[in-house]
Amino acid sequence: MNLELETASHPENLKRVAIDPVSRVEGHGKVTLLLDENNRVHQVRLHIVEFRGFEKFIQGRPFWEVPVMVQRLCGICPVSHHIAASKAMDMIVGAVKLTKTAEMNRRLMHYGQILQSHALHFFHLCSPDLLFGFDSDVARRNIVGVAQAYPDIARKGVLLRKYGQEIIRMTAGKKVHGTGSIPGGVNKSLSADERKSLLQEIYQMVSWCIEAVDIVKRLFEQNAQFYSQFGRFDSRSLSMVRADGAMDLYHGGLRARDTLGEKIFDHFDYRHYWEVISEDVKSWSYMKFPFLQSLGPEAGWYRVGPLSRVTNCDFIPTPLADRERREFLAFDDGRASGATLGYHWARMIEMLHAAETIKDLLHEDDIEGGELMAEGGERAGRGVGVIEAPRGTLIHHYRVNEDDLVIRANLIVSTTHNNQAMNEAIRQVALQYLDGNEITEGLLNHIEVAIRAFDPCLSCATHALGQMPLEVVVQDFAGNPVSIASRSPEGVFSSR
Amino acid sequence: MTETFRLDGTDVPFEAGETILQAALKAGRFIPHLCHHPEFRPHGSCKLCTVKVDGRQAASCTRLATSGMKVESETEELNAERLALTQMLFVEGNHFCPSCEKSGDCQLQATAYHLGMTNAHYDHFFPNRPLDASHPDFLLDFNRCILCSLCVRASRDIDNKNVFGLAGRGMASHLIVNSKSGKLVDTDFSVSDKAAHVCPVGVILRKRQGFFIPIGSRTFDKKTIKEYVDTRLGEED
Repeated sequence: MNLELETASHPENLKRVAIDPVSRVEGHGKVTLLLDENNRVHQVRLHIVEFRGFEKFIQGRPFWEVPVMVQRLCGICPVSHHIAASKAMDMIVGAVKLTKTAEMNRRLMHYGQILQSHALHFFHLCSPDLLFGFDSDVARRNIVGVAQAYPDIARKGVLLRKYGQEIIRMTAGKKVHGTGSIPGGVNKSLSADERKSLLQEIYQMVSWCIEAVDIVKRLFEQNAQFYSQFGRFDSRSLSMVRADGAMDLYHGGLRARDTLGEKIFDHFDYRHYWEVISEDVKSWSYMKFPFLQSLGPEAGWYRVGPLSRVTNCDFIPTPLADRERREFLAFDDGRASGATLGYHWARMIEMLHAAETIKDLLHEDDIEGGELMAEGGERAGRGVGVIEAPRGTLIHHYRVNEDDLVIRANLIVSTTHNNQAMNEAIRQVALQYLDGNEITEGLLNHIEVAIRAFDPCLSCATHALGQMPLEVVVQDFAGNPVSIASRSPEGVFSSR
Repeated sequence: MTETFRLDGTDVPFEAGETILQAALKAGRFIPHLCHHPEFRPHGSCKLCTVKVDGRQAASCTRLATSGMKVESETEELNAERLALTQMLFVEGNHFCPSCEKSGDCQLQATAYHLGMTNAHYDHFFPNRPLDASHPDFLLDFNRCILCSLCVRASRDIDNKNVFGLAGRGMASHLIVNSKSGKLVDTDFSVSDKAAHVCPVGVILRKRQGFFIPIGSRTFDKKTIKEYVDTRLGEED
């Protein structure tokens, strides 16, 4: 652990390097490093400096509006917020059990979202680092570069994402920010024509997902030591699992494991998540630091997302993905399954699982059914909805008054769960690659590569076709610039 | 012999007592409007239906048609003014279409599309207008009120209840509920009232309906505001 790198014991006379912005998470993120005169690293922090107002400004709004409104938190995975809020509101309206058709269409929407988001994350945002090298020519290190050098990979990535987006359009009404999921059910089911058109392509998608898993697997095989050790740290993990221990990204109980893989709790009813998870605050970041209550704020942090889910579950309930999961766990005596870059491998396994699940759902006749809404039951004042979003566990928690208005909301999003874990990853990378070295764009990109392994929201801008300008100023203690490294909007790196 | 007036260069027939807007709509000629409704007496407040009559501006919903008058409507100048008026309506209230359940069924939104509105242009007022959620079946979201007075007229003239009213003057004008507490729950407002179904925007909402109608099946997913008005005219009840 590198908690000592969270706050330098003697910050005086250290120079400050800021990667600002790293990119955006509903706003801005930045990384600051404090280095001494020999470029030794003394402090590393990932700051999320955006302010989120959603929990406040949905107060006073009617509860049925919430699933549509809160999805505006994100343009990459709005479906996750849409469905998590809907699940919470199912509790409010007393819809204990959805109709078969409603749950299947929600699941289809969600797995379509997993497919498109994972494809976007891997092919568009991260594959340039992995295929060209972390410190390769920055002008080429983007999706356009991938399209030129590896046109087949880029094309399949784009088409996989497109397929997932089409599923979202058919189930939610729009590719981004639709309205399909509503308290107590859904407002439409898949039509016969939509089902037929999706079925025509699904086998191709499954086959491309297998190829995607192979790309990451080959990268690990070619450079096992580097891939296993890059930004590696031990962590607890949290995810949702089905009652039988299977991976389930839509519904289940919470399972947490310690750094040795032993269960801390299992099948915990998420409707009382606050009994096992608390949130800490730190003065230097707007983002909270969740922790497992039984271990306390210092030792109780954990990671969520594909790596946690694939290692946390007992099995994946689709055969091809489960075979890949077993290979992943066994690789290099289990070293890949604890690696920061193992996120990518796990992510592609999940993408394969999503494609297989979509295929299975499309073969169920009930997906075209007519019963869209569950019978309303006893009204509740509190609703909690949890879902496994592309980047990890997502918690929505609301209180609704007798007049149907929201009076309190708490959202713990994937990026927040991973806050401390991402800080740990970049501290490891800073120690491994920056410590004692002169700062270059390529070395700074190592830090961003670690962040991208967790969260595409933090990486989208820096890889947006090389359009994101980035300037890193090294200052002395008095605040005078010592050197400036910058990346132009055209992606050209320079230093002076 | 039927009398006519000229609208944008072609003759429109009318009967005695008809307004320019009534005659134009009957002839299938669309003039944008929000506060006009075929079942109610004209109000003349939104001004979107402003036309030029023999070179002078007038609200076509209140101006009676007369024989031989020359009316201009579909001109660049008038449509630019209609667009500006619509933009002002958007910034005076809090119209957040992305999360509004009336989106796709809202006449203000459909009219904005018709006029080619792509942004609000003016600074938003962001007024503070608390909701009235006191009624068990209906929610009032005053944020979206455009002061068309259709609910006022419907409740007063058809329902004979007088549940709603417009209070204040000028910029301070606002919709109120006529009860001692000012809350809807303390009125005899009910689902069978005409006023419950006449709001052209998203102020008077049936509770817990929200987004029941999927995207693609909403009113203005299937027809333009002009087609909607034509249909409504044909279904006059």
